[in-house]
Amino acid sequence: MSSKKIIDLDNVVVKIAGDSGDGIQLTGTQLTNTTALMGEEVATFPDYPAEIRAPQGTVGGVSGFQLHFGKNVYTPGDKCDVLIALNPAAIMANINNIKWGSTIIADSDTFSEANFEKAGFTPELFEQIKQNNNLIEAPISSMTKAALQDTGLDIKTIMKMKNMFALGIVYKLFGFPLKYTEEFLEKKFKNKPELAEANKKVLQGGASYASAIQAIPSFRVSNDTRLKGKYKSISGNIATAWGLLAAAEKANLPFYLGSYPITPATEILMEIAERRDLGAKCLQAEDEIGGIVTAIGAAFAGNFAATSTSGPGLALKSEALGLAVMTELPLVVVDVQRGGPSTGLPTKTEQADLMQALFGRNGESPVPVIAASTPSNCFHYAYQASKIAIEHMTPVLLLTDSYLANGTEPWKIVSVKDLDEIKPKFAKEDVECYQPYARDENFVRMWAIPGTPGLEHRIGGLEKMDITGTVSYVPANHERMTMLRDSKVKKIADFIPLQIVEGFEDADTLIIGWGSSYGHIESAIEELAQNGLKLAHAHIHYINPFPKNLGEILEKYKRIIVCEMNMGQLANYLRMTFPQYKYEQINKIQGLPFTVNEIVEKIQKMMEE
Amino acid sequence: MSTTYEAKDFKSGQMVRWCPGCGDFSILAAVQKAFAETGRKREDFVVVSGIGCSSRFPYYMNTYGFHGIHGRAALLATGVKIANPKLSVWQITGDGDALAIGGNHFIHEVRRNIDVNVLLFNNEIYGLTKGQYSPTSKFGQKTKTSPYGTLEKPFNVGSLTIGAGGTFFARTIDVNVKENVEIFKFADKFKGTSIIEILQNCVIFNDGAHNKITNKDEREENQLWVEHGKPMIFGKNKDKGLIFENGELKIVKIGENGITEKDILVHDMTQKNPIIHLALANLNLPDFPMVFGIIRAVEASCFDDLLNQQIEEVKSKSKFKCMDDVFNSGSTWTVE
Repeated sequence: MSSKKIIDLDNVVVKIAGDSGDGIQLTGTQLTNTTALMGEEVATFPDYPAEIRAPQGTVGGVSGFQLHFGKNVYTPGDKCDVLIALNPAAIMANINNIKWGSTIIADSDTFSEANFEKAGFTPELFEQIKQNNNLIEAPISSMTKAALQDTGLDIKTIMKMKNMFALGIVYKLFGFPLKYTEEFLEKKFKNKPELAEANKKVLQGGASYASAIQAIPSFRVSNDTRLKGKYKSISGNIATAWGLLAAAEKANLPFYLGSYPITPATEILMEIAERRDLGAKCLQAEDEIGGIVTAIGAAFAGNFAATSTSGPGLALKSEALGLAVMTELPLVVVDVQRGGPSTGLPTKTEQADLMQALFGRNGESPVPVIAASTPSNCFHYAYQASKIAIEHMTPVLLLTDSYLANGTEPWKIVSVKDLDEIKPKFAKEDVECYQPYARDENFVRMWAIPGTPGLEHRIGGLEKMDITGTVSYVPANHERMTMLRDSKVKKIADFIPLQIVEGFEDADTLIIGWGSSYGHIESAIEELAQNGLKLAHAHIHYINPFPKNLGEILEKYKRIIVCEMNMGQLANYLRMTFPQYKYEQINKIQGLPFTVNEIVEKIQKMMEE
Repeated sequence: MSTTYEAKDFKSGQMVRWCPGCGDFSILAAVQKAFAETGRKREDFVVVSGIGCSSRFPYYMNTYGFHGIHGRAALLATGVKIANPKLSVWQITGDGDALAIGGNHFIHEVRRNIDVNVLLFNNEIYGLTKGQYSPTSKFGQKTKTSPYGTLEKPFNVGSLTIGAGGTFFARTIDVNVKENVEIFKFADKFKGTSIIEILQNCVIFNDGAHNKITNKDEREENQLWVEHGKPMIFGKNKDKGLIFENGELKIVKIGENGITEKDILVHDMTQKNPIIHLALANLNLPDFPMVFGIIRAVEASCFDDLLNQQIEEVKSKSKFKCMDDVFNSGSTWTVE
């Protein structure tokens, strides 16, 4: 490809990659904001190493940010149309992630023998990439240097700005304006105007370079399917934090979060710490157990309380979660899943905590389990988890994952006044004799808040006597209480929406998914429909209890395929719950989300069998 | 409006299930009496605990109560106090609950200086599991899990507290009800984490563990009760006292070598510098008496107050008044 051309596409996947110290994630955030402000549908996926500063120039040290925009954007995209690579390792790390014939813009100043060697690049492989793609060797480092030669800035500072040069190229490629990032830079470097100017100069340099060089194609994306309304770009973690805070506001309860930093859930704690400006209380506890038990204490004292964590942290919280089950207090536990077991893959995604969430406690210890499926619906499901916890006096486990937590997409802004009512079940002050374990028709006990005269009572982890709540070792009572706790959670099925089925009504194969694979499954079904294969898709958000109509739905299909990022945990839970049906499985356990193509190919293969 | 209660108003209906002769009974009586005398309303007390014999305590108090899980009493206390700082929060714990399984939470609670009152029942043994050694068991002590003697040095609760930056430490004995009522009332008023170590006798598994200190014949020689502003004098004849010399405490005899009462060290529980408090907490038999009473009570900012102050401050400066303001902040766009 030697001459400039314009490529028309419905949607584009672009990825920026470089060393983990190159400011890739900041660049990605800027690109997301500008794309969203242009009114595009957008989904993103940051992909960064667990090490804060992994060895420079190696594949292990590559940080990437992928962004998908245009029409029908359900996922951050499988493979990229455009890759901006700040060194050879960034190309190497993404070698399986680029479309055949894609455009690669790479910093040619880093093309030294040593760097190729560090990246594990052979001359043959490089030649192959050149032949199959439109590789543009752009001297990004030296042009960044040249743009700032008169500024008197030191070379280290100057080299930190090459990400802005790359961003400038991307903006020009898609005809996006520079102004949003320019405004951002002015604000970020308010007290260092010389740095704001330098960054802007480099950004403009990148844009000018892209328009000057004939070899770079421009992309034109058409999109006319946008929903009306006011939007903002939101990540799963922020959406989760806001869902919890919105629930506390709606329920008119003070909010408390007890948490311990853990990848990839920490942002929830950070956001809620920030919301001290709205009166939200939070404690960075000394450990995971400290997070949940202080939350249980706060719940006892009348706050709406939550704790956020990831798989290893949930393991540490299990005993305390049982205490919340026994004391029947409202509590939301957020598990942002990552690759396991043990420390596993801290920055990678997986859906392998489902069994832990459902059963990972001693004794018969039922807990409602809810899973979000897109970054923006983390808000909705965090809100619903809170509503169930407060109205049914139970701990609730909300599952998200690393992919949802860090991914962003547009969120249609809501107003708290339009959200479902949340009504705490407070014990009445004038009650003759408060019975802590007396229940309403939904098996829910009443919440008596310390400080209220006349409702003094004692609860704890020992088995409780039915109604009175005193300690009881009576054998028949233990069985009765076990049943009551179980019935209370099962009864929640009356309060959650029925399962919906997407895709084709008359299909005979049902694809079941849960969590973050929603977009990939939807896209795969659309793609397969174009090849004449009609499929139905049930994405389950309420896992315990299941929606009441799930059994009827399963009954309708000849084949049921469960697609999940684990070895088949939902499939096994379905086998336990509805043993009369046969479940086939599509699984992936690589720390990475499915690609649409993988699902398409696997389903096609299964259909041939 | 002042509320008047008697100790019996704090008794719950639940039958008390400690072994006959257990030191816990006297502590319960002292707590009920102290609560009645604080002038606080009954509904404003919350008694929390972990696991162990002592942790049954909340069930016997006619207040709000929470019997938690092993080692986590400090966390329940912290959560309750942050959720509602107006409550008077009492944490009942033991040497195993607070210093072994809950050791981490203990030091962080003290470090944060949450305004709660901690009654640490120290019987130097695991009672509820029937007689295994604890982090305060004496070095070499033979128990069911140390049949040939322990190989572990015990914790000193006072030096652990002061080492973690503690602002309040008192030591007392289960049966000293009169003193205990006063110490508990003082702790109730004191802002900060009040650690009160109570030497408690487990009649079944470690009977007489504190006998050397508490027996009638020797107690005047082996106990030194400190009082703020008073010289530290002890002994049957009230003729022995402490002085602080060359960085350590020494026993002197009044009337010998020209020593008069004026030379004896006067107790200042409010002294910020912890050196003397630490030295007092560490004194032990056989060379010294053990020190009782309020050893340290230094006013300092406590976490719950700081949190609320910070909330009020950032709230007053914030442009956000509700979540809708947050939702609509930053970059947004509208699709027409």
